[in-house]
Amino acid sequence: MASAAAAQSESIPTPVRQAPRSRTALMLVGLVVLAVLAALLSLLSLRFGSLPVTTRDAWDAVFRYNIDSYEQTIVREMRVPRTIIAFFIGGGLAVAGTVMQGVTRNPLGDPSILGVSAGASFGVTTAIYLFGISTPSQFVWFAFPGAAAASIVVYSIASVGRGGPTPVRLALAGVVMSSLLGAWTSALLLMSEQTLDLVRFWSVGSVAGRNLSVLWSMMPFILPATLACLLMGHQMNVLSMGEESARSLGMNTRRVRMISSALVVILTGASVAVAGPIGFVGLATPHIVRSVIGADYRWILPYSFFTGAALLTTADTVGRVIARPSEIQVGVVMAFVGAPFLIALARRRTVAS
Amino acid sequence: MTSFRELSGTRTFRASWFSQRINLKVMMLIGLAVFILVMLMLWSITLGAVDLSIREVWNATWGDGDRKTLLVVRTLRWPRIATAVVIGMALAVSGMLFQSIARNPLVSPDIIGINSGATVVAVAWLVMTSNTSQVPLAAFLGAIIAATVIYLLSWRNGASPDRMILVGIGVGSMTSAVTALILVRYPLEQIRPAVVWTMGSIYGSTWSDVKITGLVILLTLPLAVVLMQPLRAMSLGDNVTRSLGIPLETTRLAVIVIGCALASVAVAFAGPVGFIALMVPHMARMIAGPQSGGVLVFAGLLGGIMLLLSDTVALHFLPVVLPVGVVTGAIGAPYFLFLLYRSNSRM
Repeated sequence: MASAAAAQSESIPTPVRQAPRSRTALMLVGLVVLAVLAALLSLLSLRFGSLPVTTRDAWDAVFRYNIDSYEQTIVREMRVPRTIIAFFIGGGLAVAGTVMQGVTRNPLGDPSILGVSAGASFGVTTAIYLFGISTPSQFVWFAFPGAAAASIVVYSIASVGRGGPTPVRLALAGVVMSSLLGAWTSALLLMSEQTLDLVRFWSVGSVAGRNLSVLWSMMPFILPATLACLLMGHQMNVLSMGEESARSLGMNTRRVRMISSALVVILTGASVAVAGPIGFVGLATPHIVRSVIGADYRWILPYSFFTGAALLTTADTVGRVIARPSEIQVGVVMAFVGAPFLIALARRRTVAS
Repeated sequence: MTSFRELSGTRTFRASWFSQRINLKVMMLIGLAVFILVMLMLWSITLGAVDLSIREVWNATWGDGDRKTLLVVRTLRWPRIATAVVIGMALAVSGMLFQSIARNPLVSPDIIGINSGATVVAVAWLVMTSNTSQVPLAAFLGAIIAATVIYLLSWRNGASPDRMILVGIGVGSMTSAVTALILVRYPLEQIRPAVVWTMGSIYGSTWSDVKITGLVILLTLPLAVVLMQPLRAMSLGDNVTRSLGIPLETTRLAVIVIGCALASVAVAFAGPVGFIALMVPHMARMIAGPQSGGVLVFAGLLGGIMLLLSDTVALHFLPVVLPVGVVTGAIGAPYFLFLLYRSNSRM
């Protein structure tokens, strides 16, 4: 192909275009820069927070831990876990949202459409109401099955009939499921004040008060699902060309959709189980990334991971800094960080779908 | 249902200069819906702590009966039932209008921030002042302000529906976040009335609620029915609409204003009642066919039926009295699933 192009360029002047190889290099460099940026922002999250801590203390807490220092203990026991959690949850949610939007070809594609958040809330609320559990590490074990079960039901409903679970049917079934589960959850919250008191802190979306064991218990789901999603870039590129085009290129669209939906559910369910329903990362990050690097999903996915990770860790840091000595939960900050971005994006150019 | 197919098809009604195409199937469905609605109202009004017969209700309505019955029927039950009907109507109609505008079957009036805007102002008001009498006004203002902000923010040589959806999501997320923040920051006793409000309730509705909502419906519904025709063209895309000579932005603005008025007044008096504005238009389309002015009216009636049914169940048939917003989801969802199943297996 190179020789044919060379032969052509001798006879017909062609406009100069970037050869594919240097574009790949550019994207790769960009990705590394982004990853480093995300890591730096995470380090900032250790340094800044509700309690004033010097850079020396933050450094020592990780590398030269002095157990008698109060500040170092705060950094080590409280900030390190939440930073790591925010990093992986942010990245995971962003990737899940990207896959969701690519598969449904809908700019509104958000994992919660599949009933994941509603299922998780339902699981947590019912468990608190029935068993009186009260810590995030306990919530996790009910939120994840709730999310998974809700999504399976949604998928089954949408699969009835010819053509299988099309995006519209999935979304409709998801909304129905969310209504049902939401009704049940609301009823429980009305009937028990203790449940309301615990659930309201969980549903706002927060990485506070969670130690790493909460994350590790969901890591067997989060890590493989994230990696699998990152590898789906090629399929998503093909899917984005349209249903008929994808099929005529030989892709088994039904199977690809099923697999990606399953991955999204696992990833989102596990993330929501850990940190509660944090909205917006999954919805806005793909748009932001797409506006910068274009429509190639093989790059959008890894970029989304680091962008989401950076976003969530920064949001958590900001939430702790501006509301000293208490904090504003990361779910709230995310909305205020991401929403203006999304609005500005929507105004700047036509919506890429 | 197959007998409906034989009857379907349009007739044209003519009277000197005026002619209108009428779809018989839709007209019959509207008639059926009115009948069911009236039956439901009569049944619902006899239920309660004091079971009354139809005759007693009939007499009390016209002022004939003992004081207690008069109080129960005229001040408690009729207003609540009438409120359920008109608010259900307002929600369903506004839902169908917004779904047409957005060309997306998944939108509800909340896409333009009605529910989230109303919620944040109402919750803030309830938590900080505990004054329940001004809540409808607060909610209404919140809804209107949010809708205006979203519309203005999405204006860039026109208000494209896709842009409006994204902007609506952005603004909606922010208001929801503020609401969540309020609910987390204040002590439990203070937030409890606000939490109850967010679940939607028509308990304690008064005749003035009915009158105001009814007035809004009366003013906007005829216009909305007429606007369904250009809306059908708009579903084909912006360029097609313009080349058909339809004033795109003006029509869009008119529909949005009508939809906002209906949805705002509904959320002001009943709180954010989920499900009806989103699902009843779907249900109406599944039963009655593609959108038209007639289907819009049918959707309104269906919305009234659904909300009244949910309210009746919520008040009388559950072990615990729950707000109607909780029940609409629980009742509507299975019925919608049934319709989805039927339409899916037919396709």
